[in-house]
Amino acid sequence: MKGNTTVKLIAFAIWALLLFAPFFFQEVRQVEVAARIAVFIVLVASYDLLIGYTGIVSFAHTMFFGFGAYGVAIAMKQLDNTWGYWIVGALAGVLVAIVIAILIGLLSLRVKAIFFAMITLATATVALVLASQLSTFTGGEDGITYSVPDVFKPATKLLTDDEGKVLKIAGVRMNGKIAAYYFVFASCALMFWVLLRIVGSPLGTVLKAIRENEARAEGIGYRVVAYRTAVFVIAAIAAALAGAIYATWLKYTGPETTLSFAIMIDILLMVVIGGMGTIWGAVIGATLMVLAQYYLRDLMEVAADATASIPLLPELLSPDRWLLWLGIIFILLVYFFPAGIAGTIIQRRAAK
Amino acid sequence: MSLLSIKNMDVSIGQYSVLHGVTFDVPEGGVFVLLGRNGAGKTTTLRSIMGLWDRPAGSVTFRGEDISSLHTSDIARRGIAFVPENMGIFGGLTVAENMVLATASGKFDDTRLKRVYELFPALEQFWDKQAWSLSGGQKQMLAVARAIIEPRDLILIDEPTKGLAPSIISAMGEAFREISETTTILLVEQNFAFAKSLGRDMAVIDDGQVVHTGAMADFAADTALQDRLLSLSMEGA
Repeated sequence: MKGNTTVKLIAFAIWALLLFAPFFFQEVRQVEVAARIAVFIVLVASYDLLIGYTGIVSFAHTMFFGFGAYGVAIAMKQLDNTWGYWIVGALAGVLVAIVIAILIGLLSLRVKAIFFAMITLATATVALVLASQLSTFTGGEDGITYSVPDVFKPATKLLTDDEGKVLKIAGVRMNGKIAAYYFVFASCALMFWVLLRIVGSPLGTVLKAIRENEARAEGIGYRVVAYRTAVFVIAAIAAALAGAIYATWLKYTGPETTLSFAIMIDILLMVVIGGMGTIWGAVIGATLMVLAQYYLRDLMEVAADATASIPLLPELLSPDRWLLWLGIIFILLVYFFPAGIAGTIIQRRAAK
Repeated sequence: MSLLSIKNMDVSIGQYSVLHGVTFDVPEGGVFVLLGRNGAGKTTTLRSIMGLWDRPAGSVTFRGEDISSLHTSDIARRGIAFVPENMGIFGGLTVAENMVLATASGKFDDTRLKRVYELFPALEQFWDKQAWSLSGGQKQMLAVARAIIEPRDLILIDEPTKGLAPSIISAMGEAFREISETTTILLVEQNFAFAKSLGRDMAVIDDGQVVHTGAMADFAADTALQDRLLSLSMEGA
């Protein structure tokens, strides 16, 4: 089996698990993890379009994510929790993302990669400060809590039985919560498919050519700055839409959930773990990282209990040390999968 | 009217003046060969035509339009393709992806693709292979194939035979002969035997200046002139 096929099969299996997640995993936290994985797949895949396919290092991806999230949050809070205002909020977030991405792109994509990265870092910092300062709109450090369209409210009965009660299918209540999950799943799956189409199109080939050698790409007729700006805008749109979807799921938007640099680092790690320049790797990277963030502590607690009779080990495996172990796992992954999990599988199979 | 006309082109790279007042005309059709010793300024001339250096002084007129101030991508869109000495292929992409890059729409014209396969059968065989895995000759074939997959008016080719085996050079010569029936080629070449077999018109460049222009047949017959201008430094002379 070709490496590419193996990676696609793994990614399809993850998407299939996400599709049936509310039926397989019925705890609130488990469904929360599934929704977060779906959103982060889009976020990571769109970032891979930049760093993996075009060679653009940006620290502003969470800023665009935040624009979409705050667009929906402010519209829901300040206007009304209807679909009309949801669309207005999401479009406003996307529009701001497009304008800022074009400005950053045209002004700075001509400079060397490191300067571009610094410019995006500065812009993202300004956005983070503004989100904290403009507390009338953004809720400042506390963020905003709001209602979402009625169809997503837990009390909403999507399907009812003969007695008018919420219908249960395989033990799962067909209420607004399930509607919200499938809204997140379907939107993210659609966006991932669009990103796949972009990568598989001639545009994707041009991006890879630019990453490999800008001067050669220019020499055969491609305006590198225009293409780099275009891909920066596409990635910004995808991130903003992912933000709008995540804001709808969480019913809360704050600096910590959307704009923080900790999320930016997470995205970077997910791209590296999955494999840069292998968009399917985004599915693997996002899944592993989110699972580790949510369950590594639990796993370590079990391990610490199991090794309670052995000296030193329970101390080392204490759940409080989960970040240390996450770091060790990351180092091991990079060591054994230098091109990321998807990238290394593809390379090793190709070499055989 | 000439297809390409270069007048008084001056190019400096950093503090060094590389070309001074380069002037020559490339007529439409056939192969125009630019000869000269190593370091004479041949590659710089081709790169300047493509806009790969800062804007040169003087004029570069293509089909009556001054293209000297245009961006490289716009020059390429005017119908000029460039096959650089290092072939300019993308090693990390497949042969197919390299070819797609040279198309305007991202789709191949079946007739032209068939012609490419006929000229360079190896490319069809290695279509899905990554370009870095090709041999030197196959890479050169890919570079030339990329230049002809779309209709072009002029192809600039820089030292295509460098480092290639004689059998590949011969095949390349046949391919250029066929391509030149429909597309003008401006060829920079050190291998005089190869250049002589293809060229209709020619110019010799030395120390950044054009020192001779004329018909290739006349130049090939004048060994004294060859000795004087090329110092017999060229292979196969």
